[in-house]
Amino acid sequence: MNPSVIANHPQKPLSLASHGSSWYYSFRAKFILLILFAFPASSSAQDDLLKMATDSNEVTISNLTFKATRIINGHSVETAAKQNLDFIISHRFERLNQGFKEFFGLDAATNRVGLEYGLTDNLMIGIGRSSFEKNYDFFGKFRMLRQSAGAKSVPLSVSAFGGYALRTRQTTPQLSGVDRSSYTAQVLIARKFNEALSLQLSPTLIYRNLPDLTTDAKAIFATGIGGRVKITKRTSLNGEYNYVLPNQIDESYTNNLSFSYDIETGGHVFQLLFTNSFGMVERQFITETDGSWGNGDIHFGFNISRTFSFAKKITTEK
Amino acid sequence: MKNRLMLIFKILLIAVSPVFGQSNIMATNEGNISFFSNAPLEDIEAKNNKVISLIDTRKNEIAVRVPIKQFQFRNKLMQEHFNENYMESEKYPHATFKGKINEVIDYKKHGFYDVTSTGILNIHGVNQKRTLKGKLIINGAGIRLDTHFNVLLKDHKIKIPRLVFNKIAEEIAVATSFTYSPQAK
Repeated sequence: MNPSVIANHPQKPLSLASHGSSWYYSFRAKFILLILFAFPASSSAQDDLLKMATDSNEVTISNLTFKATRIINGHSVETAAKQNLDFIISHRFERLNQGFKEFFGLDAATNRVGLEYGLTDNLMIGIGRSSFEKNYDFFGKFRMLRQSAGAKSVPLSVSAFGGYALRTRQTTPQLSGVDRSSYTAQVLIARKFNEALSLQLSPTLIYRNLPDLTTDAKAIFATGIGGRVKITKRTSLNGEYNYVLPNQIDESYTNNLSFSYDIETGGHVFQLLFTNSFGMVERQFITETDGSWGNGDIHFGFNISRTFSFAKKITTEK
Repeated sequence: MKNRLMLIFKILLIAVSPVFGQSNIMATNEGNISFFSNAPLEDIEAKNNKVISLIDTRKNEIAVRVPIKQFQFRNKLMQEHFNENYMESEKYPHATFKGKINEVIDYKKHGFYDVTSTGILNIHGVNQKRTLKGKLIINGAGIRLDTHFNVLLKDHKIKIPRLVFNKIAEEIAVATSFTYSPQAK
């Protein structure tokens, strides 16, 4: 409704009104007032066409809370995109405090090779093989909630993670498959506060059918706290701490603490890191870390991920 | 009595005119835009069907607003780099164009028109005065506008990092297709 349409023709009703009763006039005046009152902005809004070209239903999804599917050792809320395959190679060298004789730990290393695939944009699966304990790990991660702003405002991103790990290293006596198995369940809760800062809380339950120490609990409750600070457009500093709640595992174990420097190079993400854990699977680094930062039991390591896309065509949402 | 009926009829006509009357604003909020660039390892291509565009047929003006984050790539890592490194979509969430349509067009008459529009193209927060060419198709279904143009990255201060595996062309070919309908008030 455009008030100018009415305002341009004030003569006709006025002349009509002068012919007969004033009822017309007052009705007409009220009508104009009503319309002017109800649609005050419509003529001024048209002044700038570009200002009009906005969508009040626009929802801005916060992408890239973290650069990779891991913060460092632990999983981030991120999932591999649909039909995208990530190939990840990770190394953890020996302890820095072994000194020059062992070239500060670089003479020996464990590795993990992993493949991760996005079934949908919200559901991914992964498989990995670690040289440490000849461990195989399988996992799935599902994005439940995505942080967004605009018409639909969601303050947090939430993903659920479930994992299974199997040691295959020969031991005496040889343990059954069940005894060598462990399970991990995590809820990953993250918020991207701004372009530079993201934080994540990861409540975790790990169940080991047969802990290495019989005095340890089978079910271990822990929580991960992680974050990243972007330094430049392509680099960030990450930190991660996995806190095991007290009285569950032997005091000789320590909590996992890691720091990394992430560099992204188009196609690859490099994470150069320092951590007090040798293993890269949840059971290993959350419940079986025995290195201490204070004693210099620090491992240098890196994760390299390369993304391949198998999507045939670009899918745009409707 | 006759006058009174006439007046009521006129008031009703004015009241309902926006419903039946022709709006001077033609609009779409699901316009298509895509771009393409040859690269040695993998061609770079993206599509976006969330473009908002308006044509003011009375003033002969056009406005376009492109939400950068809505560009979809095959390779999602490439999409991340596009948003984070090149377009900085957190800082510059939209690309816009606002221009005057240079030709006089009878929007009521069906047919094909070669049109040009001169105005300001804003990408990555940098304004460039451009004259863009397009084809306007007017038929019973509405108005369609197709355009093709090139964007030079350095015109919009989009930096290509030295450390990239996929070398990116300096110039990107952009194509758009918008189908407008009268804007509902």
